[in-house]
Amino acid sequence: MDRLLFLLAAGLARGAVLALFALSLVIVWRAARVVNFAQAAMAAAAVYAAFHATAATGSYWIGLATGLAAGALLGAAVERGLMRRLPAHAPLPGIIVAIGLVMVLQAGLAIAFGPEHRPMHPPFSQRPFVIGGVPLLSPYDLFTLGAAAAVMAALALLFNRTPLGLRLRAAAFAPETARLAGVRVPRMVALGWALSAAAAALAALLLVPTELGLNPHAVDLLFVNAFAVAVIGGLDSPAGALLAGIGTGLLVSLVTGYASASAAPLAVLALMTLVLLVRPGGLLAAKEARTA
Amino acid sequence: MKTPLRALLLTVLALGGTFGLDPFRNYQLAAAAACFAAVAGLTVLVGLTGQLSLGHAVLMAAGGYGFAWAATAVDGPWPLALLAGLLAAALASGLLGLLLGAAAARLRGPYLAGLTLALVIALSAAAGALPLGGDQGVRAPFFPVPEALSALIAVEQWHAWLAITVAAAAVTPLAVLRSGPAGLRMRAVLDDETAARLSGIDPGRVKTGAFVASAIPAGLGGAVLAIATQQVTPGGYGLAFSLSLVVAAVAGGLGSIGGAAAGAVLVTVLPWAADELAALAPAELGRRLDGNLAVLLFGAALVALTLAWPGGAARLLHRARALRFATPSTTTER
Amino acid sequence: MSALACDGLTVGYGDGAPVIDGLHLDLAEGAVTALLGANGAGKTTLLRALTGLVPLRAGRILLGGTDLTGMSTEDRMRAGLGLVPEGRSTVVELTVDENLRLGGLWRHKAKARKAAVEEMYGLFPALDRRRRTPGHTLSGGERQMLALARALLARPRVLLLDEPSLGLAPKATAQLLGVLRETAARTGLTVLLAEQNAASALSVAERGVVLSLGAVAADRPAAELAADPALRHAYLGF
Repeated sequence: MDRLLFLLAAGLARGAVLALFALSLVIVWRAARVVNFAQAAMAAAAVYAAFHATAATGSYWIGLATGLAAGALLGAAVERGLMRRLPAHAPLPGIIVAIGLVMVLQAGLAIAFGPEHRPMHPPFSQRPFVIGGVPLLSPYDLFTLGAAAAVMAALALLFNRTPLGLRLRAAAFAPETARLAGVRVPRMVALGWALSAAAAALAALLLVPTELGLNPHAVDLLFVNAFAVAVIGGLDSPAGALLAGIGTGLLVSLVTGYASASAAPLAVLALMTLVLLVRPGGLLAAKEARTA
Repeated sequence: MKTPLRALLLTVLALGGTFGLDPFRNYQLAAAAACFAAVAGLTVLVGLTGQLSLGHAVLMAAGGYGFAWAATAVDGPWPLALLAGLLAAALASGLLGLLLGAAAARLRGPYLAGLTLALVIALSAAAGALPLGGDQGVRAPFFPVPEALSALIAVEQWHAWLAITVAAAAVTPLAVLRSGPAGLRMRAVLDDETAARLSGIDPGRVKTGAFVASAIPAGLGGAVLAIATQQVTPGGYGLAFSLSLVVAAVAGGLGSIGGAAAGAVLVTVLPWAADELAALAPAELGRRLDGNLAVLLFGAALVALTLAWPGGAARLLHRARALRFATPSTTTER
Repeated sequence: MSALACDGLTVGYGDGAPVIDGLHLDLAEGAVTALLGANGAGKTTLLRALTGLVPLRAGRILLGGTDLTGMSTEDRMRAGLGLVPEGRSTVVELTVDENLRLGGLWRHKAKARKAAVEEMYGLFPALDRRRRTPGHTLSGGERQMLALARALLARPRVLLLDEPSLGLAPKATAQLLGVLRETAARTGLTVLLAEQNAASALSVAERGVVLSLGAVAADRPAAELAADPALRHAYLGF
């Protein structure tokens, strides 16, 4: 019972990070009808920026801000420099370019900074609070949960309650109608990419200190799991990303705790396959997803 | 009959060509033949049906494991063991392909790509969870040069012969299939699923069938690699390798089997050449470049090729152009 | 003084023959002009070219004193052009209110926007009752109203409409055109109304332009056009 509580608590923090990364995939999918397969590599590059900013200034927070800014800039640059030049309405070229970008970024990072894992230190203790004899969340877990929840809430407010959010949604759902309403659609798409990449960078920044350390491939598994989460929740659905993220985080934590760490990716893969076969649009897909 | 004849001619030429290569080059040739079989399967899948698989390395691995298991289990003369191994490779990869194809029939581009990507990432976990020998992998039997030839050729050349023969046997049916009615059905589904339906074609069946037809050559490619290296490890079929198959298919022009051959040679030789180059660099830089330079170049090539020639295949480009002028939300009156 | 003028306009798709070929058109300030022609005459292509949704091969477009020729669609809209496109141009994922507000985002500051939106609800009471409903639940007539209201919210100088009567019941069409004519008269809006339904378009227009094979075949006062049996027979089908 104690073990179950501990695993559930750990799964919650893990799930929040997963949900945030999955949300970043949903944002870019909604903005540009592209699944950004380069999201992990871009997030890793942003974390390298944060790592070096922290190393230079000694401040975790300056590193965090640098990482977010680097992520946003990289997102906008990828959209402006690469994705915009591809023909619309054909999904394949976008995926292939993203794959190429993964290879360039990860190999480039490995060449520039070396392939070894660099330890990153969390700003708060990772020693869990013990409540009633049961070790539960650590201060860093609470920070992770709080940061992820705050950013997701802020994004929800931005998209649903502000004029800018209305522009972003209109540009994503119906670009031509949005243009006719005077919305500068290319700018909105670039902004969507920037927001998405910054959210992914934050998720990666929260994750890396709890793992082996920073490495060009440090975010790969997070991406694959988050992709599964986005698919399970429905690529079009931010709420789906949140729910499926928490659910998958709990699943991974339980499987890791009761079976083995290597069984966790298989469990996620099995869950995603099951959802895809039963409900190809995802659990929270309101209707048939728009074709790309 | 034209395709099989041409395939036979090319195979004989390739077999003869092995006499001009040293043992290491023959080993590389065998590896390239393995890649060729997998890339040919992939390029037909992407080029003709528009389904992007990032997981063809896993299909190769399935073939490799199947081969290693059956060829070891059969206790008889070597041709029998070889055939049993190849059969098991085709079966294992074909079955996995059928599963993936059944999923693919219901999925659109990004979903399938993500599912197959997850499969690649899960491979090493699967190797640990299933009886596949974990990270160490399994050993595949060694096929020595037959007595009659042992005075004439080295073992690497013999393996290159086996590799070329198996690859030819794997790819030729694919080429025939592509230019026949099945290929036409695949193109019909790619162009317009609804129109294909109206012509009595079931898109789901065509997509599943295409996936199986693409998986079997990939699995045989895995068997070829198992012959040449005498082992199957999950590390050998990681993400980088799987993506390099995509690079080969795109570089060769999606849908083109001749292009697949060129792409396979490229992704076999370039990493080796890049590592040779990295070895010339000073120690620290060389260590960082090792293995990464080739990936960097591949990635850059993939981006550049796709930007210059979106879709890789002329058909896809044509399609994209047609769609750009008729936005789906509006009917364009002229 | 012309509100919108285009000269030598040539438009085509791909490598095909031009759909609009060297077209010249002048819209008088404050007038409602009907753009008529058979299916395939080039009406939609002309409107899409004017708004920049289809690239020009040659020609120039002037809105008042502003040269629109090289501008993006959104900049043309901000310069004072408006288009109610053919068919369902409602963003089905957004609510009625969101769809409507979208039209005035760049034009109005927050407070003025609210007033302008309320004014539109006043013009279209049917929409007022459905503010919070998602766009995909609207009927064809409601969607067309919403598209018109959204376009009017941006207070364009020149409004282009593409087949607003398509798929609408006669009563809904009459209501829509009534609001349009009244608004045009009240605000001095210049309107180019593309219609296959020539009779209803000419009933609200002062002038009619007949398009055939991508060129202007006739350009006359509406009453005269409606009364000419030869023209009616050749191009207008009534």
